[in-house]
Amino acid sequence: MKKAGIIMIVGSLLLLGLFKFPLWNIMLGAPQYPDPLGMNIYVDGIRGVSEFDIQNLDGLNHYIGMKKIPKPEEMWEFSVFPKVVLGMSLLGVLLGILGFMKKISPKYFLGWFVLMAVLGILGMYDFNNWLIDYGSNLDPKAIIKAYNPDGSPMAYKPPLLGHKQLLNFHVTSLPHTGGYLMFVGMTLTLIAYWVGKKSTQMQSKR
Amino acid sequence: MIKITKLPLAILAMFMVLSSCNDAKKSDGKSGALSSNVAERVYVAPGQHDEYYAFISGGYSGNLTVYGLPSGRMFKEIPVFSQFPTSGYGYSEETKPMLNTSHGFVPWGDAHHPDISQTNGETDGRFVFINENNTPRIAKVDLTTFETTEIIEIPNSAGNHSSSFVTENTEYVVAGTRFSVPIPQRDMPIKDYKGNFKGALSFLSVEPEHGTMDLSFQILMPGFNYDLAHPGRGESHGWFFFSTYNTEEASTLLEVNASQNDKDFIAAVNWKKAEEYIKAGKFKTMPANYAHNVYDEATHTATSTMKKEVRVLNASELPGLVYLLPTPKSPHGCDVDPSGQYIVGNGKLSANLTVHSFTKMIDAIENKKFDGEAYGIPILKFEDVLAGVVEQAGLGPLHTEFDDKGNGYTTFFISSEVVKWKLGTWEVLDRQPTFYSVGHLTIPGGNSRKPTGKYMFAMNKITKDRYLPTGPELEHSAQLYDISGDKMELLLDFPTHGEPHYAAAILASKVAPNSKKIYKLEDNEHPFAAKSDSETKVVRDGNTVHIYMTTIRSHFSPDNIEGIKVGDKVYFHVTNLEQDFDVPHGFAVIGQNTSELLIMPGQTKTSVWEPKQVGVWPFYCTDFCSALHQEMQGYIRVSAAGADTPLKWSMGEDIE
Repeated sequence: MKKAGIIMIVGSLLLLGLFKFPLWNIMLGAPQYPDPLGMNIYVDGIRGVSEFDIQNLDGLNHYIGMKKIPKPEEMWEFSVFPKVVLGMSLLGVLLGILGFMKKISPKYFLGWFVLMAVLGILGMYDFNNWLIDYGSNLDPKAIIKAYNPDGSPMAYKPPLLGHKQLLNFHVTSLPHTGGYLMFVGMTLTLIAYWVGKKSTQMQSKR
Repeated sequence: MIKITKLPLAILAMFMVLSSCNDAKKSDGKSGALSSNVAERVYVAPGQHDEYYAFISGGYSGNLTVYGLPSGRMFKEIPVFSQFPTSGYGYSEETKPMLNTSHGFVPWGDAHHPDISQTNGETDGRFVFINENNTPRIAKVDLTTFETTEIIEIPNSAGNHSSSFVTENTEYVVAGTRFSVPIPQRDMPIKDYKGNFKGALSFLSVEPEHGTMDLSFQILMPGFNYDLAHPGRGESHGWFFFSTYNTEEASTLLEVNASQNDKDFIAAVNWKKAEEYIKAGKFKTMPANYAHNVYDEATHTATSTMKKEVRVLNASELPGLVYLLPTPKSPHGCDVDPSGQYIVGNGKLSANLTVHSFTKMIDAIENKKFDGEAYGIPILKFEDVLAGVVEQAGLGPLHTEFDDKGNGYTTFFISSEVVKWKLGTWEVLDRQPTFYSVGHLTIPGGNSRKPTGKYMFAMNKITKDRYLPTGPELEHSAQLYDISGDKMELLLDFPTHGEPHYAAAILASKVAPNSKKIYKLEDNEHPFAAKSDSETKVVRDGNTVHIYMTTIRSHFSPDNIEGIKVGDKVYFHVTNLEQDFDVPHGFAVIGQNTSELLIMPGQTKTSVWEPKQVGVWPFYCTDFCSALHQEMQGYIRVSAAGADTPLKWSMGEDIE
């Protein structure tokens, strides 16, 4: 259980990477943008990959009537997410320490993982809703109004994950360093559960 | 008499030799496979970049053009000494001061010799310096923005031709006068030229970090014509060499009267000695009046300051400052090889190239082996300083550049060819025809200690029959040769803008990474900048109206302006809010008598408009900026002179 506790602590601490590295990245390239524009999504806000990318994206988006890319204070998520991440990380470390001291069973590790997965899924769901709103809740006076073949107005929602063509832009949406650290961390907590479970089984067999 | 009868014979003989030589080349013929391969060697595929930048002067266009090598594609024309409609340079309020001189505003100058700044004898790609010949000036072009950022006028000078070459750490840029003139200028008979006119060689110091120029001192020389110049390098660093003609000091029909002396001179100037004399206070401070124009990148505005004096050293009175190297015969080019040992003086009326030795020169000076003096300046003995002669190389040698393998390449104007010869053995290795009447030639880095021996291009004066005719006026042509092998090989022939007088070329990798993409809006300190739509306004001050206007794809703010009156002086201060590479906006208002504008991202530029008629007049963007470029427009209402129409401005209000 000692080993499991350490893995649990390490895994939980990896979540803190989100305070330094972006969770997600969306790149937008077009023929006239050989250096693609890009935004990095951090737990506490959206920043351009290059200095003026956000300004330039907003400049382009106004043609299709998109809202400006939100500042951190314009979305409640950016004040809540950091607290959730910090809270989960501390909780994970606490559970790890308790596990290390053999005060709790590894099931708590699994519980943490499930809670984190649920929160993560909720976060993704929220993020996706935001993308939908951002991409389809357009200014009715938009300069360019494009329609799908079925006659419905075209939405400009970037993909949640993967690649999509939006008018002249190739949009690629992928997790970034912070996101990968979080996935690795979560996997480690699952491993901690598994290692812990094995060691307690061994002990009980003895 | 003997000479005169011999010369045509010599010319005839030369032509025969050369034409037979060229015929031989044709008959031994290159295979078809090889010649088709030539196209591939200059082909730069779409989206690929050239290996070299070439900065080719525009001569009488007053500008500097930027080309890529080996493709020969033109990338930009940089306005330097001339008003330039494309960007409004010299027309816009901010750039008018750049063309200010002691003679007032000079809208069009004659640009000649670009040279790239150097560090440790190698081109460093920071600045290009270029001279204006007619109204003597030296300009500095900043290679982060490819814009002219400084122009300094040269007093006591006329026909600023032996310029603007730089020493190996860019300590100085020189500006040698071509025409000698009375110094100070005064009313006197022209026939009294001899002994009374003087030539001024100017040394402009360059501040190492920002490149700011300052006319440090001038050297007062005898009244010869100072044609071209070159700095020493390596062992001869600290010296500057100037070719002279009209040592006869004739003032009329110079084509005859300045061609009488069998030998003119290369003047060897010890500028380190000059610095010592300056330090020792051996200069005279002369009253002068010359403009120093500096463009500030933060305010996007140039200021012109008139300077009132100059420090002058008199070469006739200061021993060790200047020595004269006899050089046949009316030399034009004055070139120094990469090692700094050899100084080539090409007598443009001679068939031979004369090469002087720096070591021999120093030896002769130390041993005081003089052959008389001119106005107190020692003349060295021709034989004592001569390193060698390239015999009968062609007709009308002009300019020499060097490769990295110890070879010189000299242009011959009369016989229209480039001749490759070996330093030290002075043998001719190869000759290639040019089309036609070649002036200068350039090898990238050729003016430095480290030339690159891959390409050479020749700049020709006559173009007829090379391209589709365009009426009587033709662009000149440049011809690119591969010089990496034993024989030069003509690769490409491309038109150039204006007169491609001379060029400097450099590896693109030394320049491209530093090239700016935008001006940062937050760094814009223009006093009339509006950095966002909320800062836009219209301010009246008597009959003067300042409009603080912004542009962004695809609108002006404000786009409705009222309350302007006939007789007002309206300043449109237009700030481009874009922070995106390659998104300039244009500005034009109907009937303006000054300038349309082209404003780079983050930049502010000003156009003055003096409305003369009442009405509602449009203004619009002149640079196709977006899908809605055509809609990028606005109106300005002009009322009668005495009207009480209130001052009003807006953008987007009617739509709500």
